[in-house]
Amino acid sequence: MIWNEPKECMDREEMTHLQGKRLRSTVEKVYQNVPFYRRKMQELGVEPEDIRRIEDIKYLPFTTKQDLRDNYPYGLMAVAPSEVVRLHASSGTTGKPTVVGYTRKDIDMFSENVARSICCTGGNRDDVVQVAYGYGLFTGGLGLHYGAEKIGAAVVPISGGNTMKQLTLLQDFGSTILACTPSYAMHLAEVLAENNIDPASLKLRIGIFGAEPWSHEMKEKIEKGLHIKAYDIYGLSEVMGPGVSCACGIGEGLHVAEDHFYPEIVNPETLESLENGELGELVFTHLTKEAMPLLRYRTRDLTYLNDTPCDCGRTNVRMASVKGRSDDMLIIRGVNVFPSQVESVLLSIPEAKPHYLLVVERKGAMDTLEVKVEIDETYFSDEINAINILKNRIRHQVESTLGISIKLTIVEPKALERSEGKAKRVLDLRKEEEK
Amino acid sequence: MIVKQLTAFLQNEPGRLEELTSVLEQEKINISALSIAETEEYGIVRMIVSHPEKAEERLKNEGFSVKTTLVIGVEVPDEPGTLHHILKRWADGGINVRYMYGYSNCGAARLIMKVSDPEKATQILEEENLWSTVGWNAKDCIM
Repeated sequence: MIWNEPKECMDREEMTHLQGKRLRSTVEKVYQNVPFYRRKMQELGVEPEDIRRIEDIKYLPFTTKQDLRDNYPYGLMAVAPSEVVRLHASSGTTGKPTVVGYTRKDIDMFSENVARSICCTGGNRDDVVQVAYGYGLFTGGLGLHYGAEKIGAAVVPISGGNTMKQLTLLQDFGSTILACTPSYAMHLAEVLAENNIDPASLKLRIGIFGAEPWSHEMKEKIEKGLHIKAYDIYGLSEVMGPGVSCACGIGEGLHVAEDHFYPEIVNPETLESLENGELGELVFTHLTKEAMPLLRYRTRDLTYLNDTPCDCGRTNVRMASVKGRSDDMLIIRGVNVFPSQVESVLLSIPEAKPHYLLVVERKGAMDTLEVKVEIDETYFSDEINAINILKNRIRHQVESTLGISIKLTIVEPKALERSEGKAKRVLDLRKEEEK
Repeated sequence: MIVKQLTAFLQNEPGRLEELTSVLEQEKINISALSIAETEEYGIVRMIVSHPEKAEERLKNEGFSVKTTLVIGVEVPDEPGTLHHILKRWADGGINVRYMYGYSNCGAARLIMKVSDPEKATQILEEENLWSTVGWNAKDCIM
């Protein structure tokens, strides 16, 4: 079912026209109400009247996460404080948190887009949606909650964690949709197996997973382990939360709600615009947001766009699953390394578990990468030699994928921390030293 | 004779081995022989214990990675050349020794050996009448 056919299946030309119209009004609004944007546009010599069509977006300034931090907490709000009905914030792991405000209309728009996403994955009002995303400042829990209620589904607002209770409710409530991070879905699948619960005995049929990049191999493992069809939902609090885009049943990308968020792909180094199909950094401009509209917000997520109509009937542009974040990207001895590359390799090796930790250190002038991997219990041996052979095989495969030499360390099963939210995959001790 | 050996894969860090022995202590399981093969990051603990099935189950429940492997346990006279004689006959029979551990005391030497073909290795020992099971007290591990 398509939740909002007029918008999701809109003729391309009509969509471009609508986007242009909405961009004009957003630009006018931020120019008048947000000193930060007025100054930035003046510096570039751009007046609101210069923006007529969507193509003119290229004249507008970019916004970064640092800009949000610099204007913490309310500096980028474009409405009076009384108009704001909710605040969300992203975790401040790498600095101050970033705060995002929503007006009542913004919350409606958020719910509308999550409703579209759930329908995109095949969900409907008969579903029971177990929301195992965290509720709170993180947008995942409340985002899915409002969207699921909007389509008339039953919501189980269990939030993240409490794994045994998650399993009990999956069994007792007959939840048909599970929404959480992919790493937590993987953990649930493992615990299900440990407790000898046949996933086919559950009513669960759809998984809506997001908030961290995951590989195709991981998707297959989760689908098998939970006996479901898994869909990638994408979003970030700065833009809205989950539901900025979502995968459909065709499996060739995530439909972007482009009547609300205009996507662009740019070269992260030069910021020059890239064509459809070219891999680069995803940038969003708000077209309808009231409380805190952002111009050309740099997501740091790497992907590419495809604007050909989809077999599912939607015409909204599709983005590929995020390949990695330019933030997560580690530069080790001049080579770009993404945690997702390591994950893909590990998932292709039956003896290895997809639980890993990358530890980067600087020894003298030399950066070293240690990959800690858990080995499946059934494969370890009483002979050091056999473990070494396995270790070398894994090391060789990781090295040939990454293109740099690594230290591979095998750790006891379950030695690495399991996440109930976003998984911690990287420990960059070079940064710790700088602090 | 072929005996059951319990192998545990442990993180090489202070206290981890103590956590393992604490489980055995609680279950009143006795350790008759033990060897640790260590690397920088992990250790492989090999043990002959009084109740291998129970020990494996309890350790698994406590989150340890444990498995049972079959090894050869023998008692031979504590005299020069005994081990050499066994190894020679095995070498002739194409048997590869993966690892071994043992000790001698009061005229007898007890050895635990992991070999490529335990059945054939035992057969050779029997033919040569090279071994004895006397004094082996972990009766439950005997196959």
